[in-house]
Amino acid sequence: MKYILKRIVFFLITLWAAVTINFILPRMMPGNPAEVMIAKFQGRLNPQAISALEIAFGINTHESMLAQYWDYLGRMVTGNFGISVSFYPTTVAQVLAQAVPWTLGLAGISTVIAFILGTLLGIRVSWKRNSISSSFAVPIAFFLNSMPYFWFALIVEYVFAFVFGWFPLGGAYSSSSGLSGLALVWSVLYHAILPAATIIITAMGGWMLTMRNNMISVLSDDYITFAFAQGLPEREIEMNYAARNAILPSFTGFAMAIGFVISGVLLTEIVFSYPGVGYLLYQAVLNIDYPLMQAIFLFITIAVLVANFIADIVYVFLDPRARSGGE
Amino acid sequence: MNYVKLFFRNKKSAIGVIIFLFFVVLAIFAPWIAPYSPNSMAFTPLQGPSWKHWLGTTAVGQDILSQVIWGTRLSLIVGLITGGIATVVSVIIGLSSGYLGGLTDDILMTITNIFLVIPGLPLIIIISAFIVVKGIWTIIFVISLTGWAWGARTLRSQVLTLKNRDYVKASVVTGESSAHVIFSDIFPNMLSLVVANFFGAAVYAVLSEAGLEFLGLGDSSAISWGTILYWAQNNQALLFGLWEWAAVPGLLIALLGMSFALMNFAVDELTNPRLRKR
Repeated sequence: MKYILKRIVFFLITLWAAVTINFILPRMMPGNPAEVMIAKFQGRLNPQAISALEIAFGINTHESMLAQYWDYLGRMVTGNFGISVSFYPTTVAQVLAQAVPWTLGLAGISTVIAFILGTLLGIRVSWKRNSISSSFAVPIAFFLNSMPYFWFALIVEYVFAFVFGWFPLGGAYSSSSGLSGLALVWSVLYHAILPAATIIITAMGGWMLTMRNNMISVLSDDYITFAFAQGLPEREIEMNYAARNAILPSFTGFAMAIGFVISGVLLTEIVFSYPGVGYLLYQAVLNIDYPLMQAIFLFITIAVLVANFIADIVYVFLDPRARSGGE
Repeated sequence: MNYVKLFFRNKKSAIGVIIFLFFVVLAIFAPWIAPYSPNSMAFTPLQGPSWKHWLGTTAVGQDILSQVIWGTRLSLIVGLITGGIATVVSVIIGLSSGYLGGLTDDILMTITNIFLVIPGLPLIIIISAFIVVKGIWTIIFVISLTGWAWGARTLRSQVLTLKNRDYVKASVVTGESSAHVIFSDIFPNMLSLVVANFFGAAVYAVLSEAGLEFLGLGDSSAISWGTILYWAQNNQALLFGLWEWAAVPGLLIALLGMSFALMNFAVDELTNPRLRKR
């Protein structure tokens, strides 16, 4: 219980840190860049919108920094992220709400598949460490893991969508109207295959290498030797004795890995013009839409924190030491 | 040092070192190796590969092969310098956090964990979007800022185990200063971990740089693998069938990343006897 409580406190501190970064960044830069943005959109926004933006970025204000910060925190807590300047007059929250489901679906499902496949492969490769397939799997995993995600996405798109024409070039569903029910579901799945495959293949290598190393460390432990001496079936030693313990560091390493995966998802979405948060972030960057950018950053941070939180809870179930509150 | 010898005998590190040296040679001798000036726009634009231009030409008539060769410089420099800076930061934070313990440790580790969990690329993107001056140092600064946390955490746990060894305790009892204990007794014994960390941070830097430049957040007039990919994507190279334009720089980024990763893994393998082949 104490463990969970600690995680919750950390969750809140990190959230606060992300909000604070958003607050400080524009105010810290020489010649507040938000001013440039507002100047650029001057004719297109109404005066009310402009004054709201000025307040959000601390321009033309007589309030002290502390008062501004307090206001800012208040607006964040109530979910008021302001107006998107590039999608004016839509609010940032509305723009974001349209993109979120696509990213959650794409990132969530492919991360889970990559984790499971990579971990299983890692177990296999370490178990049959000197087989030919293992000695090929490791260098390939290295290469996959060092590839720029977006580049791999480009190549995959080129080969399977452009040259062979098996899959659509981009987007999330067929633009022909009147799709409904099963046809729509099929269209969505069909459009998701290439981006998802890109993410799964690139993310899998890292999980495989981590699991392989953990397994090899565990396999030289005495209790494994003892299990062999007892004559237990190999399958049981592999899965219930070795893998069960070896997977623990994979969960603690989840914190860093999920960040990498998210970065990969963002870039993959951009390549495939997939209408999720990553593609939206790209558009926000192109249009210098700071309010939208900040909200996206905050959203991604929260998503990663939640994913971590789930991993932490699973960890409690896997490791009795965490449950008893000890080490 | 026995380890140095082992490092070169290890198959993984040997391959890693060979790839790395290949890029170093390419970077240093770029002016002599590249067939044309990377900035010259004297050629017919958007040509496919030919004997004159092995990788074709860009939309403004530059020779892509020459750009790729010159681009090695920037990608390599960003990888090495950023890896270096991130490593120095993680050594300072990891050592002081692990050695000093108490409140300092709590504060430093909370900061480290925050940086670890806040997703790197989005943070890098919004910071660079606010920085108006684009350039190589901006990129190096932003990536270093987000790339040190993992190293700090692993180094700290190493310090914690070393701190309780007898020889360190003996040193403390004889009245050596904290600085002496940290830098003369503890630090030399975790050098391999520091080196492994450097390679890890360098991989992160090379990939992040490419991502940042691909999004157009770098200096798009500079010549690096990331910006070549940016221009390839902006001119829809793949739809014109000019796949070499995008394929080759990306492949080189992957190879450079892989060489760092292999060296990282090899150091790990050498210092952890369990991972060595029996």
